[in-house]
Amino acid sequence: MTDMATRPGDEAELAVTIRDAAASGTPLFIRGGGTRTVAAPIPDNARHVSLAGLSGIRIYDPGALTLVAAAGTPMHEIDALLASENQSLPFEPMDHRAILGTNGAPTIGGAVATNASGPRRVAAGACRDHLLGVRFVDGSGQIIRSGGRVMKNVTGLDLGKLLCGAGGTLGVLTEVALKVLPAPRLGTTLSYPDRDRSAAVTLFCDALRTPFEISGAAWRDGTAHLRIEGSDTQVAYRRERLLARFGAAEVIEGAAHADLWRGFRDVTHFAGPGDLWRIVARPTDAPAICAALRDRLGAATSLDWGGGLIWAAGPDLAPSAVQNCLTGAKGHARRLRPPAGAAPVAETTAPRVAAVSRALKDRFDPAHILNPRLAAM
Amino acid sequence: MSSIAMPLPDAGLLAAKDRIVRALTEALPPETVIFDPAETRAYECDALTAYRCPPLAVVLPRSTEEVATAMRLCHAAGVKVVPRGAGTSLAGGALPTADSVIIGVARLNRILETDFDNRFVRVETGVTNLSVTGAIVADGFFYAPDPSSQLACTIAGNIANNSGGAHCLRYGVTANNLLGVRMVMADGEIVELGGPYLEPEGLDLLGLVCGSEGQLGIVTEATLRILPSPEGARPVLIGFDNAEVAGECVARIIRSGVLPVAIEYMDRICIEAVEAFTHAGYPMCEALLIVEVEGAEAEIAEQLATVEQIARGLDPVEFRLSRGAEEAALIWKGRKSAFGAMGQINDYMCLDGTVPVSALPATLRRIGELSKAHGLDVANVFHAGDGNMHPLILYDANTPGDQDRAEVLGAEILRVCVEAGGCLTGEHGVGIEKRELMHEQFAAADLEIQMQVKDVFDPGWLLNPAKVFPLDASAPRRDPKAGERA
Ligand SMILES: Cc1cc2nc3c(=O)[nH]c(=O)nc-3n(C[C@H](O)[C@H](O)[C@H](O)COP(=O)(O)OP(=O)(O)OC[C@H]3O[C@@H](n4cnc5c(N)ncnc54)[C@H](O)[C@@H]3O)c2cc1C
Repeated sequence: MTDMATRPGDEAELAVTIRDAAASGTPLFIRGGGTRTVAAPIPDNARHVSLAGLSGIRIYDPGALTLVAAAGTPMHEIDALLASENQSLPFEPMDHRAILGTNGAPTIGGAVATNASGPRRVAAGACRDHLLGVRFVDGSGQIIRSGGRVMKNVTGLDLGKLLCGAGGTLGVLTEVALKVLPAPRLGTTLSYPDRDRSAAVTLFCDALRTPFEISGAAWRDGTAHLRIEGSDTQVAYRRERLLARFGAAEVIEGAAHADLWRGFRDVTHFAGPGDLWRIVARPTDAPAICAALRDRLGAATSLDWGGGLIWAAGPDLAPSAVQNCLTGAKGHARRLRPPAGAAPVAETTAPRVAAVSRALKDRFDPAHILNPRLAAM
Repeated sequence: MSSIAMPLPDAGLLAAKDRIVRALTEALPPETVIFDPAETRAYECDALTAYRCPPLAVVLPRSTEEVATAMRLCHAAGVKVVPRGAGTSLAGGALPTADSVIIGVARLNRILETDFDNRFVRVETGVTNLSVTGAIVADGFFYAPDPSSQLACTIAGNIANNSGGAHCLRYGVTANNLLGVRMVMADGEIVELGGPYLEPEGLDLLGLVCGSEGQLGIVTEATLRILPSPEGARPVLIGFDNAEVAGECVARIIRSGVLPVAIEYMDRICIEAVEAFTHAGYPMCEALLIVEVEGAEAEIAEQLATVEQIARGLDPVEFRLSRGAEEAALIWKGRKSAFGAMGQINDYMCLDGTVPVSALPATLRRIGELSKAHGLDVANVFHAGDGNMHPLILYDANTPGDQDRAEVLGAEILRVCVEAGGCLTGEHGVGIEKRELMHEQFAAADLEIQMQVKDVFDPGWLLNPAKVFPLDASAPRRDPKAGERA
């Protein structure tokens, strides 16, 4: 394969590139910032397609809480513009560079293609919940539009949700419209040390059923953390009520608070080589899943989303062995970082659901040229 | 006289009614199958009452398995199926055709599981929207999407139409509160998508099904995210003598960093009707906003102070804080009865176009101009915070030609919404009503790939055909032999 990436300058050029590749059966590996891809061998005839040429914020309407950006727009540009209006992307998209050991600048298209959602998922929803519309080029080179840029829309099937998280296997996003929200003015963490996973999940379940809008509930290394955000008044009030309810805690503020949650968002504690699994589960199942992962496979684990998201790291976490640890639990697992030379592994789905997914792939990308390694996941 | 066309029924199927009914009654408990024309009449329309047609038969199963049996039989016989909840769709989404069988979920109305630790409920989809909150409110939880029809409409219909409500500015629409479904496919196989966790596995088929208007399967169970009830909520009422200033007020509030749970808008025609109907004590003015915020006392006070400062800066004719639950209820009472009040004074057609919030003032102005040009009054009452307009076109159903004129004006208004960067429907669905206007919003390739998605789920186009997609675009799929015959 040639190392040089094709770099279309606009959507129409991208469409031509894809149409040609479909005709010649050339596999295409789509790259936003290249930060969310796993380095692994790819076929000799494959080509990289860089979306760096499709960059720029098209519409930013703070009074309507909406942002429309070309898919290749770097996240830092978006973050800076939103910050100038005290707004932000509510779903707190994860930066994959730490865990995947990649360089480059993450893009908004990559965030949407991976449905990247951070700790605030538990309160504000996922990336897919804030996706208002998309433009994309499908695997035949057709330019398609779905959704729009308004907050409510049932006009036709919502293809944006289908593409969000599909890892570029159904189409190449060229433009995304997102709902943004006012950024929290202030944030504080209440940390409860000496909690095992069970005690942490119990705390999370209790805290998340209060009206105090916990916007982060995460655990690692024996400490459970609760995040509260809002105006000064809100944070002061919620903090007082939570402390009264759940007992004294270490209070973390300022830069240390921000660093802590950035760490959870990007899973920096599991940077480096080795298997890394992302398990989404019913929170109360998390302690048993983690215990099985540790006892049977020697995996290290951390929790986010109040126990609804488990990160599991270890030198050798084989797919079938990880699956077995989920027996009896409600949830699913995806191998995000495989050992060198191996491929990522997607969640298993029921046979009929898998058949429907394959049939959709056949429609959106009949020549099976888009991100083939991910598509085989 | 009504102008939206429906395909002619299949004469072969009409002739085979006895055979189809026999197959259904043999496979299912007899009381679940309705085929006497005196009884099927009750299912001839939804809330778009201008369009009516009794179906061949109605099946009201009591379990997912019975839905699957009915679906399998219809599939084998090539019979079209129209899924139905409570029939409150405003877009004709639940309208049958003479050669179709309705499969309704009205009897699937059990709450199956409540789990406060993991914050979800699992329900059969025939439960009403309001009964979901009813089942959990004593434990300090609520289910967020709150369509005004919540007393009657079902979770099934909410999922199919991705319904919203006054509070979705803050809490999102159905799709944002739906974790999983159990669904019967067009061939009768039962699948599960998502579950009691925050992300569905594999491709987001759950997100695709939500809002698909019964095109992809019959949803029989749903896992819904539930939220802890806020400590308190308080609305304020703000009146302006100018619609554009009211629109500006909405944008400024949102931009200020306060995120109200609801911002509702009513215009003069609507205020007058509501006052006559409920005596809510609304000020007579051009535009009225109801802004509601939530939280503890201090949090509410802080947010309302910001709202007040913004509103006062725009010279309102009225700024009314509610002191206490009674005044709050009175403020909402008028808004909640707006549709009923309008119905008292006139027949109306309710549109559902959505525009970017910043385009509200210009769009309202255009609607006013079109209303004059067409000689029909239009009242506006809507969810302003998210730009979801509900222009009500007033007409007289007894005046020949009036409904046709209303439909022409409605189409014009929706075109204006699309041109402003918006869409044809925010929460009511396309159904039959906006089907032909889909060409305004989408190019041929956009519609083609949506129809290919339907092909995957429903290759025979038996599920709610002749809805959502323009008839000409879907014709080759709905009736593949038509081309050969022609
Ligand atoms: C007075 C009034 C006020 C309203 N206010 C609002 C509002 O504030 N917000 C809002 O969003 N809507 C509102 N609506 C519209 C309507 O109530 C909603 O669309 C509602 O969700 C429809 O639910 P239903 O149970 O009546 O569904 P139905 O009308 O029976 O069906 C609606 C659609 O869902 C499909 N469907 C039904 N059951 C299933 C199933 N099991 N599987 C798959 N598809 C299925 C049908 O085929 C149809 O296309 C209002 C309607 C009225 C009459």
